[in-house]
Amino acid sequence: MASFLGSSYQFHWDVLWQAPHGQWLLNGFLMTLKLTAVSWVFAVFLGLLFGTLRTTPFRILRLAASAYVEFFRNVPLLVWLFFWYFGAPEVLPESVREWVIHHGMEYWAAVAGISIYHGARMSEVIRTGIQSIPKTQVESGMATGLSVFQTYRLVVIPIALRLVVPPMTNESLNLLKNSSLAMTIGVGELTFATRQIETYTAKAFEAFTAGTLIYLGLCLGIAFVMNRLEKKFAIPGLIARTERVEH
Amino acid sequence: MSFDFAVIISNAEFLLLQGLLGIGRFGGGTLCLAIPAIILGFAVGIILGLARLARRPWIHYPAAIYIELIRGIPLVMLIFWFWFLVPVVIGRPAPEYWVALTAFVIFEGAYIGEIVRAGIQSVPRGQIDAATAAGLNYTQTMGSVILPQAIRNVIPSLVTQFIVLFKDTSLASIIGMMDLTKAAQTVSQRELRPFEMYLFIALVYWACTYSMSCFSRWLEVRLSPERAPAR
Repeated sequence: MASFLGSSYQFHWDVLWQAPHGQWLLNGFLMTLKLTAVSWVFAVFLGLLFGTLRTTPFRILRLAASAYVEFFRNVPLLVWLFFWYFGAPEVLPESVREWVIHHGMEYWAAVAGISIYHGARMSEVIRTGIQSIPKTQVESGMATGLSVFQTYRLVVIPIALRLVVPPMTNESLNLLKNSSLAMTIGVGELTFATRQIETYTAKAFEAFTAGTLIYLGLCLGIAFVMNRLEKKFAIPGLIARTERVEH
Repeated sequence: MSFDFAVIISNAEFLLLQGLLGIGRFGGGTLCLAIPAIILGFAVGIILGLARLARRPWIHYPAAIYIELIRGIPLVMLIFWFWFLVPVVIGRPAPEYWVALTAFVIFEGAYIGEIVRAGIQSVPRGQIDAATAAGLNYTQTMGSVILPQAIRNVIPSLVTQFIVLFKDTSLASIIGMMDLTKAAQTVSQRELRPFEMYLFIALVYWACTYSMSCFSRWLEVRLSPERAPAR
């Protein structure tokens, strides 16, 4: 029993592991991991696709990719989540809508919102990475008889992927943190579980502390691992990046 | 289902006046939140950026810990913290606007602090030596010599962060502040036209953020003509 900032707030840390709150917290944590992982895979795919297209010599493809990136990354993620959850199902064909409603609509709306938004942001990271590669690499690739597609697949992308490890880690951590917005459309992830415990027990301080520490642990842990990986995959001969991964 | 333009036109006034500008009986407003948050967040960021580079350990360690902690948690979590903490501290219910503003300033200050630090580190060391040799003290050196160059170097990152902050103000709707997102939510519940409503405010947000990035490109060229990209 302690007073908190002059008020008589009673601490009850045990609410965090009492049934069913401990289970809620665990489920929320697992849902955050799942939502982050699935959205991350789609976002990286979109990022690679559109980031690469923005550097290709084909004008129409460049314009289409720019339109996608500029529109989706400049609108708040929260608006996209509401759009995909409340707005988009209306215009879906009947059969698709039925399927989505019976397979966790809020989850798929969150995956769509997060991956399309972060895909646009990752496109920018990948584009910057590709554009930082000396032009001579592309020219030598073409000169040895590779097609544009082969040059990208065999020369440009492998170099770019190693160059963009630090900014991609940043962006992945942003994705993890932004997955907390999925609570607004009812996905039972970590922030949702924290709020739920707070609502049921009125122990806001304990609940938010638990949620905050879990997010902190995840972010600092991933940043630590990625720092190690970055050193391992560093391209020999380039100026060593002494800066650690920012999250 | 056909696209309904009329519902956008009939609600545009409420969305733009009340939601974006905060003119109306609900207060709030996206711009009324974003502009003070950008100014105060920038001020906090400059202080944090300077503090992180301070030589005294009791200044730079707290600043570093603050930045690392804030950058490791989602903004929603921080907003909930303040939503719960502020009423406990002041002893009465807190208005959503002030809770949101406090949370944004504290949160964005940490990100802007890192940008300011990178900017200061990009200024050649000789500038500090030259200013010291000219007889300037710390405040004068930083205020008149280092910071102006530092901030000019990081204008693109700073404006990107301001755009992020502008987009983040939509989260104030989660605790019930009337902003553009909340206004669209309210209207779409009444009109049952979520597709049109959210698409419309997406365009409004886009117009604001896109003009901010155009302004940044103009400012960058204007402030450093010698490094303007060849066109």
